[in-house]
Amino acid sequence: MQKGNLDLGDPEFAIRASRVEVAYGKQSVWHDATFDVRRGEFVALIGPNGAGKTTLFRLLLGLQRPVAGSLTVFGATPRRGNDRIGYVPQRHSIDNDTFVAAQALVRLGIDGTKWGPVSSGRAHRDATREALEAVGATELGHVSLGQMSGGELQRIFLAEALVGRPDMLLLDEPLSNLDLRRTRELVEVVHGLVRSRGVTTLLVAHDINPLIECLDKVIYIANGRVASGSPDAVLTSSSLSELYGVPVEVLRDSRGNIVIVGGENPHEKAVA
Amino acid sequence: MSFSWNIVTDLRAMWQWAFIRNAFEAGGIASVMAGIVGYLVVLRRSAFATHALGHGGFSGAAGAVLFGVNPLYGLLIATSSGGVGMALAGKRATTRDVEIGTILAFMLALGLVFLSLYKGYASEAYTILFGEILGISTAEVLLMLEVSVGVVVVMALVYRPLLFSSLDPDVAEAKGLPMMALGLIFMLLVAVAISFSVTVVGVLLIFALMVTPAATAVRLTQRPIYAVTASVLLAVASTWLGLTLAWFASSYWPYPVSAFPASFFIVTIAFCIYVAVRLGVWVARVWVRPLPAKSSGDVEPISEGV
Repeated sequence: MQKGNLDLGDPEFAIRASRVEVAYGKQSVWHDATFDVRRGEFVALIGPNGAGKTTLFRLLLGLQRPVAGSLTVFGATPRRGNDRIGYVPQRHSIDNDTFVAAQALVRLGIDGTKWGPVSSGRAHRDATREALEAVGATELGHVSLGQMSGGELQRIFLAEALVGRPDMLLLDEPLSNLDLRRTRELVEVVHGLVRSRGVTTLLVAHDINPLIECLDKVIYIANGRVASGSPDAVLTSSSLSELYGVPVEVLRDSRGNIVIVGGENPHEKAVA
Repeated sequence: MSFSWNIVTDLRAMWQWAFIRNAFEAGGIASVMAGIVGYLVVLRRSAFATHALGHGGFSGAAGAVLFGVNPLYGLLIATSSGGVGMALAGKRATTRDVEIGTILAFMLALGLVFLSLYKGYASEAYTILFGEILGISTAEVLLMLEVSVGVVVVMALVYRPLLFSSLDPDVAEAKGLPMMALGLIFMLLVAVAISFSVTVVGVLLIFALMVTPAATAVRLTQRPIYAVTASVLLAVASTWLGLTLAWFASSYWPYPVSAFPASFFIVTIAFCIYVAVRLGVWVARVWVRPLPAKSSGDVEPISEGV
């Protein structure tokens, strides 16, 4: 609503969290989380399954409230319907018989919350085309969602989040189910957006390696606690051992790829 | 009545009758409702919930018959309250097959006992289960018209948010759309469309109006607004063509028969169009424009350790 010209928010920080605790009922998910994200930073959110990465997104989107501590997004308390945030939730699959053209979904990202007939049809069409272009999916506009591959779908979801020109992107596991080549392509698209538009981006990932070169910050959630900092500072044996409370080893191969051993829960593969 | 093979004369002869005119009007209104709402039913995958609400409508209509009320009111009340119940039960409720099936059977049994207590048991049961579009009164047509104008207005207001919440519920919720209210509005729209469709094709055949035309339409066009339009046109075409065929078949059939049921022709036409479109799409895909495999390039041999 107050989007664009007049920005009364915090000029430096996109997110500030101070001693935040979040819980489902009486079950605490994580606590004492103190971190911040500067504007225009590219941040990876990593940690084992069920550690509460998606929960952090729910807090930022105003879908859930912290039980303790203070959290601000662009200097204000998070609220549902904040059109400065573009959100790509984790989606397990889309049915093959979803016969809806991709551009229809992308366009809903800009006019899907408007009631009644809209008059700005042309502006919305242009915005839709521009968003598809930004993610390199111009030729996919007329393809139906059910016909798309995983990598193509993620681009469309990204365009849907981007079409309202948000200042922040929250991407939940966009890289899962993609092979190495598609992963690299999508990371390039997202990184390009972060740099060219200055969009603050938080990305939940299972594997940090494809991202490591572009990241400004890592937020690592595990064992009910949250650590944050530059990748080099957080992804070390001592910092993760302290986070988990058990010995954890961070190994690096000759090309800088990271493997984290010891911190995973029994169901986890030995990959960060 | 005398009949010729001249189609214009025949149609004029058909439309002389008030009950036929009522049938065309009621059938048209019901088909427009079913066509619009059906698209969202297909999109939200709530076909089974729709089916179940129709069965709830059976008990409502049967109860209305027993207490001497117009069955259309019974239908509207039963399907609306069922729809509100499903919407309040949460967003996943419309896909819970087992619970819905359990309630569905109970509703049918309830309708059965209502009708058993009523004197004209057999004919009323037949009417509700398979529709009796030729028995619709002018007053009922007027009621349907009033309600449907309301539905179209509501639909024009909520169309985009409803589409958004159906296609991408998580994002729609984060964007601040009132999901519970939208679910409630959707189920009420379904309830009205079902009640009207039941008067045309009956409880057991409502899929032919509520699901088949929309399922055909989504394969013809992938733009939602075109798909809704196509769904409406297909539903209306099936109903009107079916009525006409039923009339002519009953008139020209040389052997003694009371009348061909209109629902048979309506459902058959909707079904034939569906089959033809699926075949056509398949032929176009296989022979005319071969598409690359869905996952081309998406799964490749892993050459690097992760």
